[in-house]
Amino acid sequence: MKPFDYVRPATVTEAVAAAAQPGAVYLAAGTNLLDLMKGGISRPDRLVDVTHLHGLDQIETLADGSLRIGALVSNADLAHDPEFARTHPAVAEALLSGASAQLRNAATVGGNLLQRTRCAYFYDTASRCNKREAGSGCDARDGENRGHAVLGWSESCIATHPSDFCVPLVALDAVVEIEGRSGRREIALDALHRLPGNTPERESALEPGDLIVAVRLPPAARGFAAHARYLKVRERTSYAFAVVSAAAALRIENGKIAEARLALGGVAAKPWRARAAEDVLRGVAPTADAFQEAAWRALTEAKASGDNAFKIELARRIVVRALLLAAAGAPARIPALPASPFASMSGAIHA
Amino acid sequence: MPELNLTSAPAHLRHGSNIGQPLTRRDGVLKVKGQATYAADNHPPGMLFAVMAVASISRGRVVSLDVAAAKRHPGVVDVMTPDHKPELAIDPEIKTNPFVFRMEVLQSHEVRYANQPIAVVIAETLEAATEGALLLAPRYETLPALVGLDAGESFVPPVVGVGNPTESHRGDVEAGLATAEKQIDATYETPPQYHNAMEPHAIVASWDGDRLQIDMPTQGLMLSLARIAELFGIAHDKIHIRSPFLGGGFGSKGLMAGPPTLGIMAAKLVGRPVKLVLRREQMYGPVGHRAPTRQRLRIGADGEGRLTALDHHARTVSSTFDDFYEPAADASHTLYAAPAIRTSHDAVRVNTGTPLFMRAPGEATGSIALESAIDEMAWACGIDPLAFRLKNYAEVEPMTGRPFSSKALRACYDQGAARFGWAKRSLQPRQMRDDAGLLVGWGMGTATFPALMFQAEARAVLRRDGSGAMEIGAHDMGQGAWTALAQIAADAVGLDIDRVDFKAGTSDLPDAGIAGGSAHTATAGAAIHSAGAAVIAKLADLATNDERSPLFGAGNAGVIARDGRLIRRDDESRSESYAEILARAGVAEVEARGTGAPNPAAMEQYAMHAHGAVFAEVKVDPELGQVRVSRMVGAFAAGRIVNPHLVKSQLFGGMIWGLSFALHEEAITDRRSGRIMNANLGEYHIPVNADVPPLDVITVEEHDPHVNALGIKGVGEIGITGSAGAVANAVWHATGVRVRRFPIRIEELLTQR
Ligand SMILES: Cc1cc2nc3c(=O)[nH]c(=O)nc-3n(C[C@H](O)[C@H](O)[C@H](O)COP(=O)(O)OP(=O)(O)OC[C@H]3O[C@@H](n4cnc5c(N)ncnc54)[C@H](O)[C@@H]3O)c2cc1C
Ligand code: SF4
Repeated sequence: MKPFDYVRPATVTEAVAAAAQPGAVYLAAGTNLLDLMKGGISRPDRLVDVTHLHGLDQIETLADGSLRIGALVSNADLAHDPEFARTHPAVAEALLSGASAQLRNAATVGGNLLQRTRCAYFYDTASRCNKREAGSGCDARDGENRGHAVLGWSESCIATHPSDFCVPLVALDAVVEIEGRSGRREIALDALHRLPGNTPERESALEPGDLIVAVRLPPAARGFAAHARYLKVRERTSYAFAVVSAAAALRIENGKIAEARLALGGVAAKPWRARAAEDVLRGVAPTADAFQEAAWRALTEAKASGDNAFKIELARRIVVRALLLAAAGAPARIPALPASPFASMSGAIHA
Repeated sequence: MPELNLTSAPAHLRHGSNIGQPLTRRDGVLKVKGQATYAADNHPPGMLFAVMAVASISRGRVVSLDVAAAKRHPGVVDVMTPDHKPELAIDPEIKTNPFVFRMEVLQSHEVRYANQPIAVVIAETLEAATEGALLLAPRYETLPALVGLDAGESFVPPVVGVGNPTESHRGDVEAGLATAEKQIDATYETPPQYHNAMEPHAIVASWDGDRLQIDMPTQGLMLSLARIAELFGIAHDKIHIRSPFLGGGFGSKGLMAGPPTLGIMAAKLVGRPVKLVLRREQMYGPVGHRAPTRQRLRIGADGEGRLTALDHHARTVSSTFDDFYEPAADASHTLYAAPAIRTSHDAVRVNTGTPLFMRAPGEATGSIALESAIDEMAWACGIDPLAFRLKNYAEVEPMTGRPFSSKALRACYDQGAARFGWAKRSLQPRQMRDDAGLLVGWGMGTATFPALMFQAEARAVLRRDGSGAMEIGAHDMGQGAWTALAQIAADAVGLDIDRVDFKAGTSDLPDAGIAGGSAHTATAGAAIHSAGAAVIAKLADLATNDERSPLFGAGNAGVIARDGRLIRRDDESRSESYAEILARAGVAEVEARGTGAPNPAAMEQYAMHAHGAVFAEVKVDPELGQVRVSRMVGAFAAGRIVNPHLVKSQLFGGMIWGLSFALHEEAITDRRSGRIMNANLGEYHIPVNADVPPLDVITVEEHDPHVNALGIKGVGEIGITGSAGAVANAVWHATGVRVRRFPIRIEELLTQR
């Protein structure tokens, strides 16, 4: 591995200063970053290890009722926090459907948000990839691309963002708290990841040195607790990225949908909020027909980027199912096979 | 490698004999405690680390390597390239026997496949060697890669598998098809697959003058030794290989490959011990794989559902520089009683590492196609798939007409079907749902694998202290040789298992043959059995010829060896312990050798195969197309079961591999570059625990007097066959969608609502 500086700042301010230099990156649990470094995809000059920073591993309820999750909280600790799982069941379910138990124990909230795409050509340094090396071309475009994007892609890049966690977060209007060179600011999670356009190498709205310190869920997110689900279709029952996934959350009042939230995963370079579909559902009864209509709306702009037209049809079906599951109500406990179409199978004993 | 300390057998477990007892692995505790030394655990003093640089193109030439940059990196000791390497004694391209495969050991600058070794960096640390390999920054002259089953003109290879005829037939297939009332003409595709043993290929090599010490996982100690001897021009007795444990091999560690050879060359180049371990992605190329196939099956049946003809053609690939052809169509030789059968193969050459034996080579690929096609034909005839298979049950081997040495397949069908509850299956597909609304499907497949024997030798010793030893260079790849062969050894010399010093896993022991072809227990077991008989005979001679022995004169009547005593066969009150006999004779020990080998006369006369029946239940989400296996029952008849516990594990492993074949495994090859895009265990999917349902294995009793003295048929590979087809057929039964491209993918099942 290429030699690099390793810095372990004591404070957030020190961290930001250390990471603002060119060639510096933050190291959280490293479950993604270290793989990228070993493969020669990332070759940073300096690692700024944030895992020892104080105060970033708390889950707290703020005075206004919003929930603030520190960037260093592990994926597992967050999902297994009973209060969190009760108030934000779709988020907990999404977390538990990701990666493996070992990875979830290590992986952090901040790292999960900023994990890189799983496009095989991005990982293969012998391939051309605009994201890895701006302007070099995109070997996925005419390659093995059945897993690639069907929404928001460009000729420069057809990669998807692989996070499960981000999908219900974006549906629930999560906000990201950032500490940067000019102090603290916050942006909507929906604005954190960028679509590729002509600059797929620029993946997020973060500037050099920007540190994610927390993710906040507004008080309104709890309002969906009774009717929120995450559903993820994958090529094996566990330990696989989503082919397509969906988070659906409903607020049902007097038999009508007062408010709907819907987001898709595995379809675009960002967690894909489907606002047009949400609008269709406002004020109507939670019926299969309404959900079909919403599914069509969610995918009207979808377009195959290769051998992946099936993902559009699959996404529609997942939207319908996720909405049906949400309407039926969040289960009292997270299923043993979280977010799986087989979640309701009796006798399931694995996660 | 410290002396092995195997777990003793628990007291009071045995009830007479060792063979047949469900002993737990004697090396289990060592493994759980991390005390089992695998090759890469060895660190001789002064050892350096070698890391291969591999090609990122699949066809062309390396035109430059920045050796200077690599050498400048702190810790790098040397860089081995085609221009700077120790010379070999023979050209590695020369095939001195059919078990020699061509390998890339830097003999030229040519690149023949992606991940081919192009240089080796040797350094004081693994990190320095790894970075040195990156710094080589190779530049290439790239030619268009040959990729896939249609890469070029096809040709008919001279042989397939290990010397099987490319084409075989019996009866008139075209006539059989012409008169058939029902016909199936279907084409199935299977992808390239990689062995992906948990333990990567590794070697630690040390030269001491012209002596060579090697730690390396191998399924064939003597084959490897002979290949190393010829490559390096040294005598066999100068080489010592230790391979006490393999973290899986599945065929990929059967023959000497390029990477371990490079490790030996590197050690020679720098004059220090060297360790070379492959990275996971480097295992996708130079150490073999299962080639992709495209198989066309044409089947005819009469009005009663009896087969009239079976035509099985398989297209496969080999590398551009060597020959191994997956004998997929040969799976149709043994199972179904069609009066006319033809099997044939053709192939194209592509830029890939040479394909190789991979657990059930030919049988696995051929079985999933054949079992799918048989299922399609049963449906076309409107007959239950089990009833259809019974209707076409082969009483003699269909392709040769020879009787079977034994065949308890009918009992496998019966017992498996009963345990599974097959009788309640609906004939029509897409009829069954569970409480959650998931589609439920039931499918089955027939399993078969030949009962092979190779050559082996063993040495048995009885000592004056009443203990014994059995020595054989056998291989434990996780299948349990340390336990099962020791059980055979204990019976062979009439001692408690803990009184027999069982030695295996090194090249200074007698040749145990290769651990492959599901034949290791049978072959090594037969050698052990006969070595034991020979040493007991010697001991008996000492006693029966000595008038001071209570056994004097029993020569004709014979003796029985049991619990460390020789007992007169016709008068069990007269006996003597081994220790007493040896003490009186004044010898420290007696020893004898024995061999195991195939019996050509029996092979001529009988068809020898293990059989089985596998039943699977799958659940499929009707809208989303995701599949999950929910139940599997396999009933197998494989002759004598030496250790039911280990045999079950082998069969479980095979069944899981079958599930994996049907639903998960595939090396995704870039259609342009020939590079494998998922060369890691995150994205090359094999089943995880959550994919593996409760598995139920029944071992059906079968007595075979012909296969070998012990009646063992082998269970290493058969579990895959039948299982893959059973899962595929269950998916059809659940959905009504017949998928003929494997693994079955979600998009294929989205066609229906
Ligand atoms: C085999 C495998 C399977 C997986 N399967 C799934 C899956 O099914 N679903 C899924 O969602 N994920 C999956 N993952 C991805 C996993 O969720 C991520 O690797 C993990 O969440 C990253 O967290 P980390 O703390 O290890 O981040 P790191 O690897 O340390 O960092 C990731 C990136 O985020 C940056 N970063 C980290 N923290 C901060 C911060 N606070 N502020 C600014 N930048 C930061 C780093 O600089 C780096 O660029 C899988 C990973 C593996 C290896
Ligand atoms: S899709 Fe994007 S990430 Fe993948 S190769 Fe193309 S540019 Fe790179």
